[in-house]
Amino acid sequence: MIAYLARRLIAMILTLLILSMVVFVVIQLPPGDFVTSYIARLSSMGEVPDENVVEAIRAQYKLDDPLFVQYWAWLEGMFTGNFGFSFEMKRPVAEIFSQRIGISLTVEILAIVVMWGIAIPIGIYSAVYQYSVGDYVATIVGFLGIAVPNFLFALILMYVCYVWFGVTITGLNSPDFANERWSLAKLLDFASHVWAPVLVIATGGAATLIRVLRANLLDELKKPYVLTARAKGLKRHKVIMRYPVRVAMNPLISVVGWVLPTVISSSFVTAIVLNMPTLSPILLRALLSQDMYLAGALILFMGFLTMIGTLLSDILLAWIDPRIRMGMIGAR
Amino acid sequence: MTQPNDDVILRVDRLNVDFTFGKMNLKAARDVSFDLRLGRTTCLVGESGSGKSVTARAIMNIVEPAVISSGAVTLFDLKEGEVLELASLDPDGAEIRAVRGARIAMIFQEPMSSLSPVHTIGAQIIEAIMLHQDVDKHEARKRAIEALRDVHIHDPERAVDRYPFEYSGGMRQRAMIAMALACEPDVLIADEPTTALDVTTQAGILKLIRELQVSHGMAVMFITHDMGVVAEIADDVVVMLRGDVVEHGAVEQIFHEPKHSYSRALIGASLGLNNAEARPAPPTEGTPLISARDLSLFFPGQRKLLGKPDPGVQTLKDVSFDLWPGEILGVVGESGSGKTTLGRVLMGKYQPEAGEALYRTGSGDVRDLADRNSFRDKQVYREIRMIFQDPYSSLNPRMTVEQIIAEPLWVNNIAKGAAMRDRVAELLEIVGLSPAMMERYPHAFSGGQRQRIGIARAIALEPRIIIADEATSALDGSIRAQVLDLLLKLRDELGMAILFIAHDIGVVRYFCDRVVVMHKGQIVETGTAHQICDAPREDYTKALLSAVPSPDPRNRKIMPPLSVAE
Repeated sequence: MIAYLARRLIAMILTLLILSMVVFVVIQLPPGDFVTSYIARLSSMGEVPDENVVEAIRAQYKLDDPLFVQYWAWLEGMFTGNFGFSFEMKRPVAEIFSQRIGISLTVEILAIVVMWGIAIPIGIYSAVYQYSVGDYVATIVGFLGIAVPNFLFALILMYVCYVWFGVTITGLNSPDFANERWSLAKLLDFASHVWAPVLVIATGGAATLIRVLRANLLDELKKPYVLTARAKGLKRHKVIMRYPVRVAMNPLISVVGWVLPTVISSSFVTAIVLNMPTLSPILLRALLSQDMYLAGALILFMGFLTMIGTLLSDILLAWIDPRIRMGMIGAR
Repeated sequence: MTQPNDDVILRVDRLNVDFTFGKMNLKAARDVSFDLRLGRTTCLVGESGSGKSVTARAIMNIVEPAVISSGAVTLFDLKEGEVLELASLDPDGAEIRAVRGARIAMIFQEPMSSLSPVHTIGAQIIEAIMLHQDVDKHEARKRAIEALRDVHIHDPERAVDRYPFEYSGGMRQRAMIAMALACEPDVLIADEPTTALDVTTQAGILKLIRELQVSHGMAVMFITHDMGVVAEIADDVVVMLRGDVVEHGAVEQIFHEPKHSYSRALIGASLGLNNAEARPAPPTEGTPLISARDLSLFFPGQRKLLGKPDPGVQTLKDVSFDLWPGEILGVVGESGSGKTTLGRVLMGKYQPEAGEALYRTGSGDVRDLADRNSFRDKQVYREIRMIFQDPYSSLNPRMTVEQIIAEPLWVNNIAKGAAMRDRVAELLEIVGLSPAMMERYPHAFSGGQRQRIGIARAIALEPRIIIADEATSALDGSIRAQVLDLLLKLRDELGMAILFIAHDIGVVRYFCDRVVVMHKGQIVETGTAHQICDAPREDYTKALLSAVPSPDPRNRKIMPPLSVAE
């Protein structure tokens, strides 16, 4: 197992290195760089940028040097914990990260938990009582959940909350608390805001998970081992929970791999609509303004999350399914 | 109902089971009545769809989505003198659950899929014990180990913590039996428990069930479509046809004085295979079609994360044989003997490390089938075709019969449009199906009909050789005989050679001209079918033959002869 983990970790580091090159090259692909788009923006507002400042920035970040030198400087910085400087936000990338990552992860992990909490019971019900009224309702709601884009749902939710209940649900804290230190009062305020984005992100994902779980469980329910378990004298619902559900969970667990990164990328629009202080709106802005150190670090971070997620789901799968555990090729 | 005076433990009385699809009503079992007696074995026979399994499940009252519409299943407690009617109980209620597993236990056909793949064998047996017996986990584990020991599983203390996929097919079925018998039931229902096993493993399981039946004194209800098995083990026989019991009696009477025409047909089909006339030996002069010499193939083992590294398998070792034009050559052996691998080597799926298999093509040149390059121009694939074991998974469910049969024709640019349609119609007629069925999808056909479609696909290119890998193993008795006769007819009409891979040596006698017997990757004996079946020389061949059930209850081979009953 340790050898297996070591192999996976080495593979992860190599993949991250290759990813960093690709990210860097792709960010550099559009003509110009941050400074040129900065100048363009200033001149469009009728201001004349200070030549000296521009030159200083260019020199500091080696913008006139060849690509490879720029890449190397970037990579070197990352090894020492220096992720570069965000031109756009005029702050170090590391600072922006540390400010937002906690809230991002909290929202996303809450969303995953809620997603599973909604999907698993409904999926099981839908499969066990196939073609019942409840199954049809779950199916229709599920397809609606897949079909309605998250941001639209967020807009509807905002509208309903404001018009009917007079509540604004944008942001994650009321303005009074925005710059406060964390306290019980702020936590309660946070809880009163966070449900909206969590609900929006969770329902979209849950709808897909319900379909996956239902389809898998329908296959498993027909397997002879279910009959064997009933012939032992087990109660029907116990049989279902103990045997087919356990086997049908496999695909849900493999999903963890891609759920982690999508919680950053897919909640983009939702986060913008709901004005959330998380990482995803930042990524969009960074890409638009060619704020390359910020964008690069964010994309790299998403790649890292993907790999962690895949590793996690592989380990979880091996843990719950002995067939996978025994088949894993490890200690070499 | 009053207690019958003899040792009847379970009485099925005019049982009706209905499936309802919308407004359609299908009777899966119609007025089925029979008794099960302690210490006796009752066989339910009939082809698939005859209502055998539904009847078995109705006894346990697990028939969803069907319903038991009328009739009674009465379980007698001979010691206490109590009577319990099962069919009218709540299917998920406490009363019926106390019966399931404790007083009536069940084992099934597919031992792999009948056990949960993600729980250890031990956990599944312990669960059954703890459901019905008032013991703690430690004691339950001890009893589970004992149960595994009773079914002769080697090293039960370790085997108890293994997963089903680490067991062989025979061991899995033994574990199923251990689980079923852990609570010492009065009735064991065995639903085709040996159909998926090869003959030597089957003989072992049949002996085990008999041995445990004697030591536990239980009633066994055994469902099978194999009349040979019936003759070996049954005391009483219930013959079912499309949901009806057509005949019911002692095994002697059913086999030697069958009253119903369907029973006669079933017995005739199984006797026919055994009493086949010796055929004139096919010519073995001139040049063989395939001449294989010293084929050897080694599969290296996979490295495992846990446990010992797998040493790998020598799948084929110095295999040499000739296939002559127009002959049917049987390749028999247990599972794992390398017979399927041999067929795949000849189709270019695997390349052996050593040896050659020279094939004389229709155009006269010689190709080595052990060499991947021989398959480049697809000529070999046009001349050697395959028929597969499972008629359900070897036909694409999303293609019509026409598309399935025509595929080799258009892939090889042989026919198009109307000509192709005509050829498909002709092929369907050759295999005994109506050309009008062309538009349908495979799910509309029975197993035997699907195998005919597979045969039509195989002969579409007028091949010179057909490799039939267990082509009739999945079929019921009388349908198997029909498919074999079809292949014999096609061989005579089209003059092709057939390499018939089978684990059922009983079929070989009827169907094959010559036979090679394989064991652990080697050929142990080669001879004409009748020499192999009647006068085997090698011990392994003798052992294989002695495991084949004899379709005559007066002449049992596996089981001890009939006790003096009644």
